[in-house]
Amino acid sequence: MELYEQTIHDLQGQLQARQVSSVEITNSFLNRIESTDPSINAFITVTKEQALLDAAAADQRIASGDCSPLTGIPVALKDIFLTEGVRTTCASKMLDNFIAPYDATAWARMKSQGAVLLGKLNQDEFAMGSSCENSAFGPTRNPWNREHIPGGSSGGSAAAIAAQQAVATLGTDTGGSIRQPASHCGCVGLKPTYGRVSRYGVIAYASSLDQVGPMTRDVTDAALLLRVIAGHDPKDSTSVDCPVPDYMAALKQGVKGLKIGLPKEYFIEGLDPDVQRAMDQAIAVYRQLGAEFVEVSLPHTNYAVATYYLIATAEASSNLARYEGVRFGHRAKESSGLIDLMMQSRSEGFGAEVKRRIMLGTYALSSGYYDAYYIKAQKVRTLIQQDFIEAFKSVDLLLTPVAPTPAFKIGEKTADPLQMYLSDIFTIPVNLAGICGISVPAGISANGLPIGLQLLGRPFGEESILRAAFDFEQATQWHTKKAAL
Amino acid sequence: MSINQHEIEHVAKLARLSLRDDEKQLFTGQMEAILAYVETLNELNTDGISPTSHAVPMENAFRPDCVTPSIGHDRALANAPDKNETYFRVPPVIE
Repeated sequence: MELYEQTIHDLQGQLQARQVSSVEITNSFLNRIESTDPSINAFITVTKEQALLDAAAADQRIASGDCSPLTGIPVALKDIFLTEGVRTTCASKMLDNFIAPYDATAWARMKSQGAVLLGKLNQDEFAMGSSCENSAFGPTRNPWNREHIPGGSSGGSAAAIAAQQAVATLGTDTGGSIRQPASHCGCVGLKPTYGRVSRYGVIAYASSLDQVGPMTRDVTDAALLLRVIAGHDPKDSTSVDCPVPDYMAALKQGVKGLKIGLPKEYFIEGLDPDVQRAMDQAIAVYRQLGAEFVEVSLPHTNYAVATYYLIATAEASSNLARYEGVRFGHRAKESSGLIDLMMQSRSEGFGAEVKRRIMLGTYALSSGYYDAYYIKAQKVRTLIQQDFIEAFKSVDLLLTPVAPTPAFKIGEKTADPLQMYLSDIFTIPVNLAGICGISVPAGISANGLPIGLQLLGRPFGEESILRAAFDFEQATQWHTKKAAL
Repeated sequence: MSINQHEIEHVAKLARLSLRDDEKQLFTGQMEAILAYVETLNELNTDGISPTSHAVPMENAFRPDCVTPSIGHDRALANAPDKNETYFRVPPVIE
């Protein structure tokens, strides 16, 4: 097996035993990126020279007997994470030349263990999108079928795993942006509970919904990486100060005796038949493993997309006010004064979807509409959160599809933003409620595209979703299937 | 609720966006469709429901009020499109 096909836990053992060096592993991935990325476009920036220097430093560290779980492991980050001294664009023309002055906490924690940064990954601009088509650097293609989208917004982070261009990546999830691309690309994607991972140094989209999480080849790697990045950070006042459990130990507890809820609002007419089949098979697997199933109801599910597109856009319109062409970012060459400079710089720097969401959010917050839209949405958010609280009184976990269909075709939904928004119906409620969720490979469609299974847990219940995901993975072989490139 | 081009222009001004005519036209139609969709929220009676602004119940996060080092002028100005010594430079604000 090639080095680039392996997991963190495979490579870590070989590094520790000195069977392989970090420089060899890093070169294996750099060559893989060079040969595959022209047809995938997962990377915006490849940090080749620095990666090789960092790999050599990791090898020295290992030689001195200092080997942490990520020492010498080559990873890549969604280009929404600040990386000191490295270009950070958020896939926007606005930040084309932006060099981050400091590291995001999640990355700083990985870096301090000696993780090697291969580069920065493509995404929808400012994380606004479900297809990775809204990038100023062109769309990322799905490695399983290049006519299809990889999902979004962390499309590059998922495609890089599927194309074996990095061992593991980080993404962010505001309405499904880790889980949906993980599902579409056949990898594991975990959205932790809001507050579990620091958002410091992550370019803000919708601050009450954004959360950082790992995207990996298997569940073990997701547990391992979450353990490194999770935990309280004084620099993020919304990060929660509660102990980080040993997620690796949780994996071995099994699902026997767990009660899993099937929300009836998620198994609807119009669900793609291949997705329905994958869910039915997954339920059968879990029954054999000793889990018990009950039907539950999340009655406000149908209102989640509308709620999300008011709250997320309102927060975005406020967060993105910082791009004014004065302190950093794009500045228009021609202007007739300070206000005009700001208007021209923003209009030139932002893409269409970003402008559309800023407009929608500004409208929802504007005088006369604030109560009717923004406050109304916040009240419905309470109802959606209560749905989950109620369901978790009788079950340990929920099992649902990640998306109603496998990855759609590039260009298929770009003309109709509302249709694009509705493709996130099964992932959005989770962010509104602030709970945790994971996408695990659970099937391949008739036309050869991966299908993911979503497991949802209580706030700070990452151990139970990881343990259920691990048992499923061990009982099936979906995570070993690879895109032919 | 429908939205017309005049309102689009007003919102664009609030958002400090200068939209081209084709963008105004496109956004008017698209925002109208999205706003019609979010109208479904009015099917729900939310009297007496308190709004949720944040999913995790938290008190304010306080830290000691003491001076710590900041990133400094050089790094703060490193990405400035235009600067003058230790200042960001902008077009004249006062005539």
